[in-house]
Amino acid sequence: MKRAGFTTVWLPVALLLPQLLIIAIFFYWPAAWAVQSSFYLQDPFGFGSTFVGFENYTDLLQNVEYAKVARFTVIYTVLVTFFSLALALLLAVKADAVIRGAKTYRTLLMWVYAIAPPVAGFLGLMFFDQRNGPLTEMFQFFGWDFRLGADFNSTATAMVIVAVWKQIPVNFIFFLSGLQSIPKSVREAALIDNRSATGRFWDVTFPLLAPTAFFLLIINITYSLFDTFGIVDTLVRSEPGNNPVTLVYKVFVDGFRGNDLGGSSAQSVILMILVLVLTIFQFRLIERRIHYT
Amino acid sequence: MADLTQSSTLQTSVSTPLRPRIKLRHVVDHAILIAGAFLMLFPVVLVLMTTSFEDADIVKHGLQLGFEGKMLENFEAAMFEASGFTKTITGTRMLMNSMILGLGFAIGKIVISMMAAYAIVYFRLRFATLAFWIIFTTLLLPLEVRILPSYEAIQSLGLANTYTGLIVPLIASATGTFFFRQFFRSIPEELVEAARIDGAGPVKFFIDIIIPLSRTMIAAIFIIMFVYGWNQYLWPTLITTDEGMFTLVRGIKQIVQVLSQTGAMIPEYGKALALSLIAMIPPVLIVIFFQSWFVKGLTESDK
Amino acid sequence: MAQVTLDRVRKTYPNGHEAVQPCTVEIPDGELVVLVGPSGCGKSTLLRMIAGLEDITEGSLSIGPDVVNHKDPADRNIAMVFQNYALYPHMTVAKNMGYGLKNRGASKAEIDQKVAEAARILNLGDYLDRRPSQLSGGQRQRVAMGRAIVRDPELFLFDEPLSNLDAKLRNQMRIEIRALQQRLGVTSVYVTHDQVEAMTMADRIIVLNGGRVEQIGTPSEIYERPASTFVAGFMGAPPMNLMQARVLNGAVQLDGTTKLTLAPPAVATDTVLVGFRPEDVRLGGDGSAVLEVAIVEELGAHRLLHGTLGGQSFSISVGKDETAQVGPQPITLPQDRVHFFHPERGTRL
Repeated sequence: MKRAGFTTVWLPVALLLPQLLIIAIFFYWPAAWAVQSSFYLQDPFGFGSTFVGFENYTDLLQNVEYAKVARFTVIYTVLVTFFSLALALLLAVKADAVIRGAKTYRTLLMWVYAIAPPVAGFLGLMFFDQRNGPLTEMFQFFGWDFRLGADFNSTATAMVIVAVWKQIPVNFIFFLSGLQSIPKSVREAALIDNRSATGRFWDVTFPLLAPTAFFLLIINITYSLFDTFGIVDTLVRSEPGNNPVTLVYKVFVDGFRGNDLGGSSAQSVILMILVLVLTIFQFRLIERRIHYT
Repeated sequence: MADLTQSSTLQTSVSTPLRPRIKLRHVVDHAILIAGAFLMLFPVVLVLMTTSFEDADIVKHGLQLGFEGKMLENFEAAMFEASGFTKTITGTRMLMNSMILGLGFAIGKIVISMMAAYAIVYFRLRFATLAFWIIFTTLLLPLEVRILPSYEAIQSLGLANTYTGLIVPLIASATGTFFFRQFFRSIPEELVEAARIDGAGPVKFFIDIIIPLSRTMIAAIFIIMFVYGWNQYLWPTLITTDEGMFTLVRGIKQIVQVLSQTGAMIPEYGKALALSLIAMIPPVLIVIFFQSWFVKGLTESDK
Repeated sequence: MAQVTLDRVRKTYPNGHEAVQPCTVEIPDGELVVLVGPSGCGKSTLLRMIAGLEDITEGSLSIGPDVVNHKDPADRNIAMVFQNYALYPHMTVAKNMGYGLKNRGASKAEIDQKVAEAARILNLGDYLDRRPSQLSGGQRQRVAMGRAIVRDPELFLFDEPLSNLDAKLRNQMRIEIRALQQRLGVTSVYVTHDQVEAMTMADRIIVLNGGRVEQIGTPSEIYERPASTFVAGFMGAPPMNLMQARVLNGAVQLDGTTKLTLAPPAVATDTVLVGFRPEDVRLGGDGSAVLEVAIVEELGAHRLLHGTLGGQSFSISVGKDETAQVGPQPITLPQDRVHFFHPERGTRL
């Protein structure tokens, strides 16, 4: 709030009202509804529901299928986060180092940001096509019987590759902007202090980039968990079957296809807690980020 | 160059040992960047090339390198030929729906979040802090986690298959408000003091000072929000069952399902690929042309 | 310690802009040379070429016996103090100072000993475990100095190291840096745009303007015998008075009425630029030169009288005990203090 703020009362209330109203209807109500129904067991035919306490949760935690999806989600998240961060960092460092064509490289490396995840997934379907996808042929050339949609590991690999491809631009943009915000003179001081370019990177550049990297770590985990829904749905052709899926996808499948409202809601609540933890973590990191300068 | 050699001969010990190494490093840098750019560009270029082939070729050989004469035909079919199960929706219609979603979402979000942020930052309001927390808690939960109850809410309000139902729930998150709040707080305090001395009230101050000052920020947020809205998938998939309401991105699901069906007909691959390109063209162009705003918005809004 | 030699060193940017015209200068071992000039004059570019942060387009640069044109900055055995200090924000004060030594393979004991020594000299002993963000501007400046001296370099480079400090601290650090440099006896190149810093610190000054060396000399040479109107105007505050005059019948004439009792320069020209430092002019005289005083500036120790002489603006500086008031005042322009410059080229006659 500004020191010399206006004192009118009706105007700010009127200005806040639309936002608060939308949030109440489309955020707080649904969230509360999810929490509530996670404690109920829905009759499959829609004839009311019974309060079952934490049964939906305990069921979930004992469910082999859920454990499998959770395990896959963790592995998937780690792989997507690691590869998209590492590749983007490499590209950003190089794009920052070159003088000629820097702007062209920047454009060429970031435009994929604008492609929707399911569209990226659709491109993936073509590239990993069972009969004549170029990447399928490449894997087969190396002796791997790659079968998208039929073999768990094949589908998982395709998902990771498409998700990484789609995420590199965001990480690239943040890393590049992080690199460019390192004072030029600090890098020059390092140039005088250390003759090895690799040494300079790990001793000076990387630590100064660490706040950006931490921040991106959270962003990438969130991306892998939630934003890749479209990629997953497209690559499994909306038919989960035995294919690997993520936790969010399972919420969707159980809720809309399986009509298991209670179970789906309990899954939602678990994800909410997960996001909450991530966000708190992220806020603490943002504080640290300001701390440096 | 004559001078250079002259001054070099003066000092016979002049050597150029480091020149080649520096050059090699530059070559490696460029090679990596070119490889990266190729990786980003090639898949889409290959799809574009493939749209110039006959469906039968694509079915038989998959993605194709080179150019045939079918591209215009395929794009025409994608834009104007009705498709889907009920054969009622054309590419043009989906393009329009995507535009409505992208623009409606971006504009709606900017208007609502600017208003809210202005109220929070510039007024001495007792419950401003409370309002702030109510709004910012929404940052914690992406739509994907509360998808089922949100869907129920829209159903019970009778907003399924409407633009309102498509757009408004997506606005229920505080990303824009958070960003504008940060920006307003960075505007010097003296400005509001000067404006008050000059006799400007809150409405005048907002219109004459705040909006012009926020122009770049609005542009940056607009681009990000437009792309975000355009690229929505899960929510439109749930909320639009009427094919006339499909967006391009939503249409991808339909395409995938149609292509997966094994029937006597040759799947219309060329048209499907053309449609997927049409789905990416507008947001990609916006990101490329307004690159500096887009990057600014992305890196400064932090989310 | 080393002698530094610049032989026709030149910098041209790819866009054709010539930032530094061929510059030849020899800096003897242990000397502190100040590069001074207005912003954009090429002084920082010249310094950065010596550091190896900019490529040298033409000419050769030697530190000691070796030509170092193509050596990496880290291999030139130099230390640099940057304008914004360029401390590593994630390292403690001790780590900041020791980083260069560590990379040159110094043992931990040696690093600790040298850092402790530098911290003692610079009064930083209590701050060794702090991060730069926890220090004041003056302390950061000292850490930057410390980082330079622990390295025991052959050459110190200073890039406007005091410009981010307030006036009081700046005066104090100026003296400290000079004392330290003299004690260590390290050859130094110091860039500043502040003529007071240049005058007080330098063994020799190089005045740059538009990428060109205007003059090289000791502070008193620069002050007493400026090589051009640019140097005359840049060094000294308030600047030297410069007036256009004509040489008629062996006398210097400002306009139709004001004749100066000055012998004209030896070089024969019709017109000439006549220069006097404000403090070289005395109040009182035979009335042949009358200053029309418009404003009196009270500076405590002395006063500045601003006005016109023969229609051209002219300022003089007088002691605090002399009477000074607005209105016509007869002044004396001593013959032995006059500077003559070429009317177009601005060079000293």
